[in-house]
Amino acid sequence: MTLLALQRRMAAALMRPLTAGDRVDPRAPAEYIKPNDRLTSLERLEIYSRSYWYRLFDSLYEDFPGLRAVLGQRAFQRVAQAYLADCPSQSFTLRNLGSRLEEWLRRNPTYAAGRLELALDMIRLEWAHIEAFDEKAEKPLGPEDLLELGPGLRLDLQPYIRLIELRYPVDDLRVKVNAAATGEHSTASNTVLRRKAGGLVKRISRMDPKNIFLAVHRHDFMVYYRRLPAEEFALLGALRHGLPMGLAVESALRDSELPIEHLRQQVETWFAAWAELGWLCPHGAR
Amino acid sequence: MPANRFNGFTDYGIGVGLRIPHYQHILEKKPVVSWFEIISENYMVDGGRPLAMLDRILEQYRVVQHGVAAYFGSAERLNREHLRRLKTLVKRTKTPWLTDHLCWGSVDGRYSHDLLPMPYTFEAAKLTARKIRETRAYLEVPIAVENVSSYAEFHVSEMTEWEFLNEVVERADCGILLDVNNIYVSSRNHGFDPYDYLNSVPPERVAQIHIAGHSKFAKYILDTHDHPVIDPVWKLYEHAIRRVGPTATLLEWDDRIPSFDEVHAEARKAEKYVAAPLVVGS
Repeated sequence: MTLLALQRRMAAALMRPLTAGDRVDPRAPAEYIKPNDRLTSLERLEIYSRSYWYRLFDSLYEDFPGLRAVLGQRAFQRVAQAYLADCPSQSFTLRNLGSRLEEWLRRNPTYAAGRLELALDMIRLEWAHIEAFDEKAEKPLGPEDLLELGPGLRLDLQPYIRLIELRYPVDDLRVKVNAAATGEHSTASNTVLRRKAGGLVKRISRMDPKNIFLAVHRHDFMVYYRRLPAEEFALLGALRHGLPMGLAVESALRDSELPIEHLRQQVETWFAAWAELGWLCPHGAR
Repeated sequence: MPANRFNGFTDYGIGVGLRIPHYQHILEKKPVVSWFEIISENYMVDGGRPLAMLDRILEQYRVVQHGVAAYFGSAERLNREHLRRLKTLVKRTKTPWLTDHLCWGSVDGRYSHDLLPMPYTFEAAKLTARKIRETRAYLEVPIAVENVSSYAEFHVSEMTEWEFLNEVVERADCGILLDVNNIYVSSRNHGFDPYDYLNSVPPERVAQIHIAGHSKFAKYILDTHDHPVIDPVWKLYEHAIRRVGPTATLLEWDDRIPSFDEVHAEARKAEKYVAAPLVVGS
């Protein structure tokens, strides 16, 4: 057997989902592995198979605590197993393991335990959180760099900022889940927080969906969520798409029903806030 | 060999693996540590806290990169994106040598995120050596490969694990990161004498040594890095030091991580063995 053939067989075998009791599928081919006086070929393969699945489950478990809260533990486990079976890791780093989860769940809605839209929102938020944590930061433009904003000027957003649209307030839920999980409080209050998060999931799932515009960003290496008015969200999106200032403002505010004078003041306020947060950087810096 | 071409002619002494739960302690207390080993892939990102913390550590400490995903033994080609990011990190850390494992872990672009055992064949040795050479040429830094602990052996193997290790490092002309705990774990899982293994390792190629703890199960031993080093492994370490001389040594502790002081104290137990050959020699 060639090296490639052996590696293909072993990878296919250990990436088969575990059966009940976390045992390796008895149909997994393992005859290329030598047994010893204590373990059969299959049992030796099982050590690697368990390690593979536990490691990847742990990674998704850590990356998507909000999705766990939305789906519940069992449904989350089913999602994790089916997702990993369909979409094995294609990256050298586990950091990217959940990159295809939203798209996968959209194609496999029955796994969402009746909370598809809520689950998709949470996945989008949690993936944005991962990206905002360690994406690149360019040298920010400060207030002094923004004194003369001409219509032809192009600006960009920091690469780590993610702009996402939600239908449910999963940002609130994620903050509660995180507080309970990170042990910031006593064990007793963590239990209370977990209960509250559970209650919040039920409340949110019963809400009528509405548009929520969110910037997922970081400050001092911590990730934060900031809700934005539709016009501010649209303007940030237009800047990210590379539109010059004049066109960006025009396209973002075109459909706004707010009075023009109010909008003018708002735009000034937004730019001041973005400069303060270090959200803007020179166009083409990336 | 305290300093050789496989560890950049350095003499680094006893180091500790840099782990997130210890960041705050290290940055605040500034403990005296000869060097830190980092897991390369944890810092192969574009920004944020991981790189900021690393930069602060680099201001005060020497750092050596240890990788877990080069997969020199995978039959597929080297991952260019992985290499590109690795090189960026090498420039940042100025690591005098770089280590990764003698194993495979991916096939057809699918990643196991594990250190899977090699079949000990000449075909595998040749391919692995070629990939190590390619990596070294691209990164422009000495490379040492680590023997992994394993739980399976293959019918197709044509030689012992230590013969395979020698075959690879000779063909690649690279160094060895000798993990004595892994030798112990594999010797118990596969029923060989760990001293036969140690005695076959070419001393002049040993760039660095790893020590660690492991977990015993009914039918096998698992390399878990979640316990102190056990006495039989210290004995193996002592033997290794006698053979290769005082060598840069690193304690790995990756799970159920105790306080920094506890990990550091465990690592420093190696000092008495490292000092011993010098006393004998003088």
